[in-house]
Amino acid sequence: MNDALDVALRLLVVFVVFLTFPLIVGQTEHKVMAHMQGRLGPMYAGGFHGWAQLVADGVKFAQKEDVVPAGADRRIFQLAPAVALLPYLLVLLAIPIGPGEGAVGEVIDAGIFFVLAVMGVGVLGSLMAGWASANKFSLLGGLRTAAQLLAYELPMLLAAASVAMAAGTVSLPGILDAFEWWWLPWQIVGAVVFFVAGLAELQRPPFDMPVADSEIIFGAYTEYTGLRFALFLLAEYAGIIVLCGLTTVLFLGGWHGPWGADGLGWVWTLLKTAVLAFVVIWLRVTYPRLREDQLQKLSWTLLVPLSLVQIALTGIVKVVIR
Amino acid sequence: MTLTAAVAAASTTAPSAEGHGFLSPTGVEVAFLLVGLLTFGAALVTVTTRQLVHAALWLVVALGGLAVEYLLLSAEFIAWVQVLIYVGSVVVLLLFGLMLTKAPIGRSPDADSGNRWVALIVAVAAAATLVWVVADAFRATWIDLDGAPAGSTEVTGESLFRNWVLPFEGLSVLLLAALVGAIVLSRKAKEEPSPPPVNSHAGAGSSPSVPDSRNHPIEQEGAL
Repeated sequence: MNDALDVALRLLVVFVVFLTFPLIVGQTEHKVMAHMQGRLGPMYAGGFHGWAQLVADGVKFAQKEDVVPAGADRRIFQLAPAVALLPYLLVLLAIPIGPGEGAVGEVIDAGIFFVLAVMGVGVLGSLMAGWASANKFSLLGGLRTAAQLLAYELPMLLAAASVAMAAGTVSLPGILDAFEWWWLPWQIVGAVVFFVAGLAELQRPPFDMPVADSEIIFGAYTEYTGLRFALFLLAEYAGIIVLCGLTTVLFLGGWHGPWGADGLGWVWTLLKTAVLAFVVIWLRVTYPRLREDQLQKLSWTLLVPLSLVQIALTGIVKVVIR
Repeated sequence: MTLTAAVAAASTTAPSAEGHGFLSPTGVEVAFLLVGLLTFGAALVTVTTRQLVHAALWLVVALGGLAVEYLLLSAEFIAWVQVLIYVGSVVVLLLFGLMLTKAPIGRSPDADSGNRWVALIVAVAAAATLVWVVADAFRATWIDLDGAPAGSTEVTGESLFRNWVLPFEGLSVLLLAALVGAIVLSRKAKEEPSPPPVNSHAGAGSSPSVPDSRNHPIEQEGAL
C-alpha cells in the first residue's frame, strides 16, 4: 500500500512538473524575447507584468472550435498531438533531480537509451500530423521534420555515448554518481554537440526549418486549431525542459555543485536547467533560420565528426587514467 | 514486412517450456501472451491494409509490441535499443520514403502484390523455422524473473563483449561495407550527365511527380 502511494505521488509530481514548467518557460520566452527586442511583452493578463498570459492563451485555445479538414485522415490527424506530447512526459520520469533514489520518478537501468529512444518517438507525431492533414505545406513540414531527425539523431546519440563511456554506466543516476568536476572541460565538445542536436530535434530556432512560417505557414501543424494545436506547442516547450534537463544531467553534473549537495542538490539541477532554457530562448532571438542544406551540412560535416572526436578523446583519457 | 509477421508469430509461441506451470500461468506470462497476440495482430494488419501510411504506423505498433515483449523478458537494454533503432529511425525513414513517393490518403487500389501467396508461403516457412529453432534451443531454459535481471545492460554488455566479440565485429564490418557501398552507389548516380534544375541544391528532385494520382501534388524540385 505504501509502495503504491509512493509511486502515485511520484507520478503526480512528475505530471505537475510536466504541466507547469513548460508554461514557465513559455512565459519567460515572451518576456525575455520582448526585452531583448526593446519591447515590454505581455503586460495586462493577470495584472503583474502579464504573468497570466499563457493561462489566458490556454483558455482561448480551449474555447476554439476543433476543426478537422474534410480531406484529412481523421483518426491519424486526431491522434498525432498525443503521440507528439506523451513521449516527453515519459522522458521526464527518468530524469533525476537530486542525489539518491528518492529524487527520480523511476530509476531505469538503461536510462540514456530510454530517454533518447522515447524522444525519437515524439517526432512520429509531427510526421503523422504532416501526412494526415492533406495539405501540401503540412506534408513539406513533415518531410523536413523527418530529414532533420535523421540528420541530428546520430550526433546526439554519439555525444551521449561519450558520457556513458566516461561514467562506465548508461543509467542516469549512475552517471551523476560518477561525475567529477573535470568532466566539464573533458566533455565540453560533446555537450555542445548534444545541445545543438537536441535543439534541432525540437525544431527550435535557428533549426525551425520544418515550421518556417515565411515559407510553409506552420509546417506539419498548419491545419491544427484549438486544443490540439496547443498540445503541439506544449510538446515543444516540454521538449525544451527535457533537453535542458538531460544536458544538465549528462554534461553539467546535475545535482553536483560547489556547495550544498546534501540538501540543495535539486536547486542546482533546476538552476542549471533554467540557465540552459534561457540560452535556448537567447539563441532564438539571436540567430536567423538555417536553410535546409545548411542545416544538413552542419550536422553531417561538423557535428558528427566533432562527436566522433569527442568519443575518441573520451576513450583515450579513460585508458590513460585507468 | 513478411519478416515482421514471422518474428511476431515466433514471439507469440515462445513460453512453452515444460515443468513450469503450463496450466497455471503467472501474470507476466499472461501479459506476454496478450502483448504477443497484439503484436501479431498489428503485424497482420501491416501487411494486409490497403492504406500505405497506415501500414507503416501499424508497423510501429508491432515493433513497439516486440519491445514490450523484451521488457517482459527482463531484457531492458535490448528493448530500448529496439525502440531507438526501429521505431525512432527505421520507421521514420520508411515514412519519409512513403511521403516522398505516392502516399495518398485513403486506399491505394494498387497496394496489392501478385506475389502475396508466395510471400505468405515464405513467411509461414520462416516462422515455422524460427519457432522450431527457438523452441528446440531453449526447450528447458527458464528466465528467473524474481532474481537479478538476466537481461540488464551490464549482463548484455558482458556476454556481448566476452563471448560474442567475433560475430559482433564481423557484423560491424558488414555494416561498414554496406555504408561505403551506399555512398559509392549514390555518388555514381550523381555523375550521370543530367542538367540539374537551376534552383535545386539537393538531389531531391530526381523522381518525376505524378499530380493526378495523389492527394499531395507538390513540386519536389528545391522544395526539401
